[in-house]
Amino acid sequence: MGIQTWTFLLVGLSFALYIGIAIWARAGSTKEFYVAGGGVPPVANGMATAADWMSAASFISMAGLISFIGYDGSVYLMGWTGGYVLLALCLAPYLRKFGKFTVPDFIGDRYYSQTARTVAVICAIFVSFTYVAGQMRGVGVVFSRFLEVDIVTGVLLGMCVVFFYAVLGGMKGITYTQVAQYCVLIFAYLVPAIFISVMMTGNPVPQLGFGGTLADGSGVYLMDKLNGLSTELGFNEYTSGTKSTIDVFFITFALMVGTAGLPHVIVRFFTVPKVSDARLSAGWALVFIAILYTTAPAIASFARVNMIETINGPEGQGVAYEQAPGWIKNWEQTGLIGWEDKNDDGRMFYAGDERNEMAIDRDIIVMANPEIAKLPAWVIALVAAGGVAAALSTSAGLLLVISTSISHDLLKRNLMPNITDKQELLYARIAAACGIAVAAYLGINPPGFVAEVVAFAFGLAASSFFPAIILGIFYKKMNKEGAIAGMLTGITFTAAYIVYFKFINPAANTPDNWWLGVSPEGIGTLGMIFNFVVAFIALKLTREAPDHIKELVESLRYPKGAGQAQDH
Amino acid sequence: MSFETNEHAQAYWKENLRLLITLLVIWFTVSFGFGILLVEQLNNIQLFGFKLGFWFAQQGSIYVFVVLIFVYVLKMRALDRKYNVQEDEE
Repeated sequence: MGIQTWTFLLVGLSFALYIGIAIWARAGSTKEFYVAGGGVPPVANGMATAADWMSAASFISMAGLISFIGYDGSVYLMGWTGGYVLLALCLAPYLRKFGKFTVPDFIGDRYYSQTARTVAVICAIFVSFTYVAGQMRGVGVVFSRFLEVDIVTGVLLGMCVVFFYAVLGGMKGITYTQVAQYCVLIFAYLVPAIFISVMMTGNPVPQLGFGGTLADGSGVYLMDKLNGLSTELGFNEYTSGTKSTIDVFFITFALMVGTAGLPHVIVRFFTVPKVSDARLSAGWALVFIAILYTTAPAIASFARVNMIETINGPEGQGVAYEQAPGWIKNWEQTGLIGWEDKNDDGRMFYAGDERNEMAIDRDIIVMANPEIAKLPAWVIALVAAGGVAAALSTSAGLLLVISTSISHDLLKRNLMPNITDKQELLYARIAAACGIAVAAYLGINPPGFVAEVVAFAFGLAASSFFPAIILGIFYKKMNKEGAIAGMLTGITFTAAYIVYFKFINPAANTPDNWWLGVSPEGIGTLGMIFNFVVAFIALKLTREAPDHIKELVESLRYPKGAGQAQDH
Repeated sequence: MSFETNEHAQAYWKENLRLLITLLVIWFTVSFGFGILLVEQLNNIQLFGFKLGFWFAQQGSIYVFVVLIFVYVLKMRALDRKYNVQEDEE
């Protein structure tokens, strides 16, 4: 069977599985719709959280990015895992004890203010939409490369599946579907990694393999070979970066804090039965995420060596274009790889200086990797199914945040407090359906700046939610004036900095012009610091939080009597 | 609140904070310390095929993160029992 038949088969089977689960786990009440009735065991919740969190970006783009930038790629690895430590230690157990459905709920109640709630709702919706658009694009890319349908059909197909299980099943359907999606995506990620690790180093564990010696009997360490190749070809040494230390520091911090402040991740910890389960659930989530995140850098270095060797040839003289391997020709059709024979020798050559003749898109590394390593067709199809699973699971989680924010935070708690449980559920489903329609539109007509927008989402989450939640739990006296002033300052500063460098004056986006040498990706960290400072100043100028709020905060700190996630 | 006395409640929160700070110091050291600020110095040390600083940035810190959360889970469980504020089994 060819690659295309295998892809149809595997993607089709996985879709059938997701829909079957959705029918089995239909939601009947708002509580089931929003937080799966608060009854999901920690291991399953951890797996669902992992699938929710690992998007098409983690699955498709991350290893490729690391492959091209080496050490600098560590910011994503540390940033997107370290945030879970903050989440598990500083947020999850207390928010679970609080026992409401959403992050704006917490902000609104803790700071006894509709204004604070509204600011939080707007942030949550904005962050979620920027994210969904990127996911839909991921689905489109996978479909167009492997099924050879056009991107529009691919996006619509993906939307139908998400619509079916998110609107019908709510959080309950999504949670169990995500467990299945995690299994699909991690299997799809590990199989080619293990194959390639064995081929290159003889070690079946990729995490160890990329620190081992090459299997060709030369006794040279893989990393030494990679560093050698890199410097020879005019790149930076793979194990050292080009970004300044302060920038790496700030970006990593912004990603960590942003992770801990993302509403679709936080809401996951409302779905477990007990406070102790919320702690444990974050632990499991990180275990499942770490499996992929420790494999990614291994894939990155294998792919780098493989790619350089197949293009430049074992002698490093370049391979004649007529003899180019199939994957180069396949990907040339998508326009993601290009060759220009600058020195007219008919050979391809890849380098970091003027000798370079190749243009290679970073995003193809994970998808092309099995082809580069000449793995069987079913492995390549499996990677396609995994990429779709990663994109769908994240989209579903985000759509739920959007629908909850609208039906619960905006309508029920703000505009129309008298609607019944049934009506609220109906509004939630309508909101989810509208959300899907908007996401599909964005997926088909993507704003040209999806990657920039993702940096935006993290910066905003880091500079707005994180300080407000931390202070809400750990500082009883913090009042609404402090929280609102802090959130607004953090968001405004961060948004202004990013908008200036990314949209208004992109030409100035160089280290010389950055404030303190911090790039727009890392500016959320500064925004967060400003948020804290302004909150404290505002607190000094106004009255501290009233006594009943202090008692509420006190009660968050002790696990006993968490009860169910409450209905209102 | 279900503590026997107010002092118990305060002592529980203090112990909780102490554990939190200890774990966060380790969290900071392995990632921002070993993986970013000290990476060049540590890269002079070789561990099999890895330079140590690079290894911490792309592998080691992640393993430590996982361990940290599970240590927290176990320690907090013990703390809840000590002060008798663990949640009832359902």
